Amino acid sequence: MNISRRHILVLLPAAAVAWKSILAGTPEASPNYAMSEHWWGMLIDIPKCIGCGNCVRACRAENDVPDGFFRTWVERYHVTDENMSSPEVISPNGGKEGFPEAKEDAGKYFFVPKLCNHCADSPCTQVCPVGATFVSPDGVVLVDQKYCLGCAYCVQACPYGCRYIHPEKKVADKCTLCYHRITKGLTTACCEACPTGARQLADLKNPSDPIHEFLKTHSVQVLKPQMATGAKVYYNSLDGSVR
Amino acid sequence: MSVFRDAGHLFRFAGLFVIAFLAFLLIRGYVVPKSFGQYGHYRGNAIGEIAARPVHFAGHQACETCHGDEAAAKQAGKHAHVNCEACHGPLAKHADDPSSVTPVKPDTAVLCIRCHAASAAKPKGFPQIAADHMSGIPCQTCHQPHNPAISAGGAK
Repeated sequence: MNISRRHILVLLPAAAVAWKSILAGTPEASPNYAMSEHWWGMLIDIPKCIGCGNCVRACRAENDVPDGFFRTWVERYHVTDENMSSPEVISPNGGKEGFPEAKEDAGKYFFVPKLCNHCADSPCTQVCPVGATFVSPDGVVLVDQKYCLGCAYCVQACPYGCRYIHPEKKVADKCTLCYHRITKGLTTACCEACPTGARQLADLKNPSDPIHEFLKTHSVQVLKPQMATGAKVYYNSLDGSVR
Repeated sequence: MSVFRDAGHLFRFAGLFVIAFLAFLLIRGYVVPKSFGQYGHYRGNAIGEIAARPVHFAGHQACETCHGDEAAAKQAGKHAHVNCEACHGPLAKHADDPSSVTPVKPDTAVLCIRCHAASAAKPKGFPQIAADHMSGIPCQTCHQPHNPAISAGGAK
């Protein structure tokens, strides 16, 4: 085949366009969603939680979570005069089937739903040796499962126990804050399924989000604030005994 | 150029280094994904891939576009803030294709006690029923799930 200068001059722009499209990679799944306009978190209203386990079941249905592992789970605390420093905590199967009946008793009971805190200064992303886990520009801690080696550094780095190694994929897995839903304008599966509104997705960059008013008017805490992780899951009326 | 008179072996060595460096750049350019470093020390395309995962819960807005009657009944009662799929389960497939995927009606005997079974651990103001409540007749005999007040009637 004889390629003339004219051929090359015609082919070069075409090749440039093709190369540009390769560099651009996969198109964004939601074209109307701008990452820079959001900063995601969650509000958990402990006095509203009834321990029904709807969130745990919804998470499994939405995200195909393997048996025995949890992206979200519910703990039930029982604090009495005797065990104030180390209260009784139960979470049978993560609270998936609810909790055994509690009899009227001394002390207090309350439920604490837990999930990834989507920390702004996350210890789990700092330890990843290959750049497979990261805080996205909209504040969600995600795992690139194509890039993850499964070394489990992040699993042991998370102070909240929110990560696990997927038993079949052999890579780190965790709550994505239903990233595939929130980028489409939906709420997370756990918030959608919560019957009492104890869990509410919060967009901290949205000035009209009710989270701002709530934070101003309630006693709100995060888990393990002494670790300075920048946790963005806010708990209303969190008891001091919760770890 | 008397300085470089006997330096030929050094140039050959330096050349080797240059070739090795170019080979490193070439391999690196080939191996590292194009979107790596787009937003930070990770593959930028991973964000789009995670966002493209399938949705299972359609969301109550999708339900309400067709089931306006049920939404209105729910809005009038205590279950106004309970989303449809909290009881009916994930139904995005039904929302995508309402004619061929039909949801199963939930069993109130299982469903109601998930939330309303009596337990001292639950918040005091939350309505709870003992196991022997009305000697165990089906809940919907008296309570209509979308608007559970007795005055709203049962069996729907």
